[in-house]
Amino acid sequence: MNNVFVICETEEGKVADISLELMTKGRSLANDLKCKLEAVVLGHNLKGLENELYPYGADEVYIGDDKRLDPYTTLPHTAVIVELFKETKPQIALLGASTFGRDLGPRISSALQSGLTADCTALEIGDHFVKKENKEYKDLLYQIRPAFGGNIVATIINPDHRPQMATVREGVMKMEVFDKSYEGKLNTLDIDKYLKPEDMVVKVIERHMEKSKVNIKNSSIIVAGGYGMGSKENFDILYELADSIGAEVGASRAAVDAGYADHERQIGQTGVTVRPKLYIACGISGQIQHTAGMEESAMVIAVNNDPGAPINKIADYVITGEVMEVIPKMVKYYKQNTK
Amino acid sequence: MGLNIIVLAKQVPDTRNVGKDAMKADGTVNRAALAAIFNPEDLNALEQALRLKNRYKGTSITILTMGPGRAADIIREGLYRGADKGYLLTDRAFAGSDTLATSYAISHAIRKIEDVDLIIAGRQAIDGDTAQVGPQVAEKLGLPQLTYAEEVISAEKKKLVVKRRLERGVETVECPLPAVITVNSSAPACRPRNAKLVMKYKHAKTITERQNESEDYIDLTADRPYLNIEEWSVNDIDVDSKWLGLSGSPTKVKKIENIVFQAKETKHITSSNEEINDLMKELIANHTIG
Ligand SMILES: Cc1cc2nc3c(=O)[nH]c(=O)nc-3n(C[C@H](O)[C@H](O)[C@H](O)COP(=O)(O)OP(=O)(O)OC[C@H]3O[C@@H](n4cnc5c(N)ncnc54)[C@H](O)[C@@H]3O)c2cc1C
Ligand SMILES: Nc1ncnc2c1ncn2[C@@H]1O[C@H](COP(=O)(O)O)[C@@H](O)[C@H]1O
Repeated sequence: MNNVFVICETEEGKVADISLELMTKGRSLANDLKCKLEAVVLGHNLKGLENELYPYGADEVYIGDDKRLDPYTTLPHTAVIVELFKETKPQIALLGASTFGRDLGPRISSALQSGLTADCTALEIGDHFVKKENKEYKDLLYQIRPAFGGNIVATIINPDHRPQMATVREGVMKMEVFDKSYEGKLNTLDIDKYLKPEDMVVKVIERHMEKSKVNIKNSSIIVAGGYGMGSKENFDILYELADSIGAEVGASRAAVDAGYADHERQIGQTGVTVRPKLYIACGISGQIQHTAGMEESAMVIAVNNDPGAPINKIADYVITGEVMEVIPKMVKYYKQNTK
Repeated sequence: MGLNIIVLAKQVPDTRNVGKDAMKADGTVNRAALAAIFNPEDLNALEQALRLKNRYKGTSITILTMGPGRAADIIREGLYRGADKGYLLTDRAFAGSDTLATSYAISHAIRKIEDVDLIIAGRQAIDGDTAQVGPQVAEKLGLPQLTYAEEVISAEKKKLVVKRRLERGVETVECPLPAVITVNSSAPACRPRNAKLVMKYKHAKTITERQNESEDYIDLTADRPYLNIEEWSVNDIDVDSKWLGLSGSPTKVKKIENIVFQAKETKHITSSNEEINDLMKELIANHTIG
């Protein structure tokens, strides 16, 4: 009762990274609230998956293993989780802002009449005071997210409804083992108890999954590399920076032409147009054909060894220096300043 | 056999084309500087409806929108492209609704419109990017939902077949009608306005708009009933006002911060450890990253 709950998803028979990231966050929220961390996984052939969750600090793991839960369709998953939440009454429930979580989350929240905040970039515990009613709310979940196309950051709270639900995109939270030898408890769900025939009306006729595709267009942070990166190997540091700050890697045409990055990452007139909240241009001169595809970014940081590079004119921050010196430092100090 | 389709469309501020003056000095959004547009993915939704109308004779398309009076523009835009009818759900009592309160109101309006076969929404609205209203409406109506739709393959004999575009692939799914689908931006773009329909519907107005016209305005709705855009208030739909507006919204905004830097002056930074450390701290503190 009154615990933090993570609704997990699976990928190729394992718990997906996004869910483990949420477990990491969930564990720290549960520690702040001095409550338990619980997790649920639904699907088929899930034997042993609980062992992937314990090291992330799961106190209770609910597994619902049934043919009818795989492949994922909305209604049976909703039916099981809504009932499970009525039984376990979590105070907080987290899901990935994936196609799974963004399909399932609103359905559950609608059934439970609880608030849901999509695409949070930070989750914190805090209090709230309502002057009018002279009422103090303790230990609410602050759901912090960009709004208005990324132009503002809003802190959302659900004072009166439980669970407080939030989705988070992959890569936004860190994934960290809590304790390798942590042991939680397994609860096996009797799926027959939860499903009705009318939950089974949607049928997946055909499904074709591909390896994850780059999605720079929808990424709120982009780390882009240009010809000034010097080599394909040097691009690795961009992936490292992107991984740690939850960004995607983009590239200029000169970098793509030189074989430093795939064409699907090209940004500009003949590539994709992006409007992230943060664009970090590394070794990119900023020719008009490139800036046409990124000039609406809310914030631009340029890393270039030429103080007169055109990109500097549209940048909010200009870092004059060598890419291979500056970017590793950005990674290092980002990590140092976040736990 | 014709289908009775409802398209959910929202008027939104054009957050994609925010100039650097879109934020006021006090850090709030300067709504006046943002054009009000047809939510982009709702146009993808409308196009799917129009394709079904071309395919299945007798199909009718109703645009349903909830918003202030000026959101009647959305209905006219829909009529110009081939929709048949529109309802504007407008009332002070709806103001401040979060997605759940919005879904509550919209689902009750849909209940009032009879014999609906298919409800088509956009995947998400660009003012909030939440993608919640479609699924929440479906739940409130007890209907199946097919999100991330890219193409309605068929809608015959009470059976709907849809192609969905997921993060890592595509899926073809089937379900009985009625149902709710939400359409992705990867679906075909909406056709442009049709000049003949613009002529036909340019005087389509809500009752409030007609009342606000000057004295020499001639009300044409008597002999051309299709020029009437239906306007519904709270009293026209069977709702309990405690589930509407701010008080009916579980989520509340506690705080808003501007992350667009005003009157940008470029900051110059060297590659020294201290300066890069300070930059990363600043980016973390103002939620740009982390
Ligand atoms: C019709 C047409 C369409 C085009 N479409 C696109 C498009 O869609 N997208 C696109 O990107 N381009 C496009 N281009 C090409 C565009 O004009 C530029 O040639 C290209 O953007 C340049 O890429 P770049 O900035 O990476 O390379 P360069 O212009 O070579 O710039 C490299 C930059 O890196 C800096 N640098 C070098 N070494 C270092 C170092 N060690 N540390 C730090 N900085 C360093 C340099 O000072 C320089 O500013 C198009 C061109 C045409 C004609
Ligand atoms: N006020 C509204 N009026 C009509 N449709 C809406 C409204 N709000 C949301 N929708 C529909 O729900 C979809 C998702 O909206 P959102 O959950 O706000 O991202 C939109 O693309 C619309 O189709």
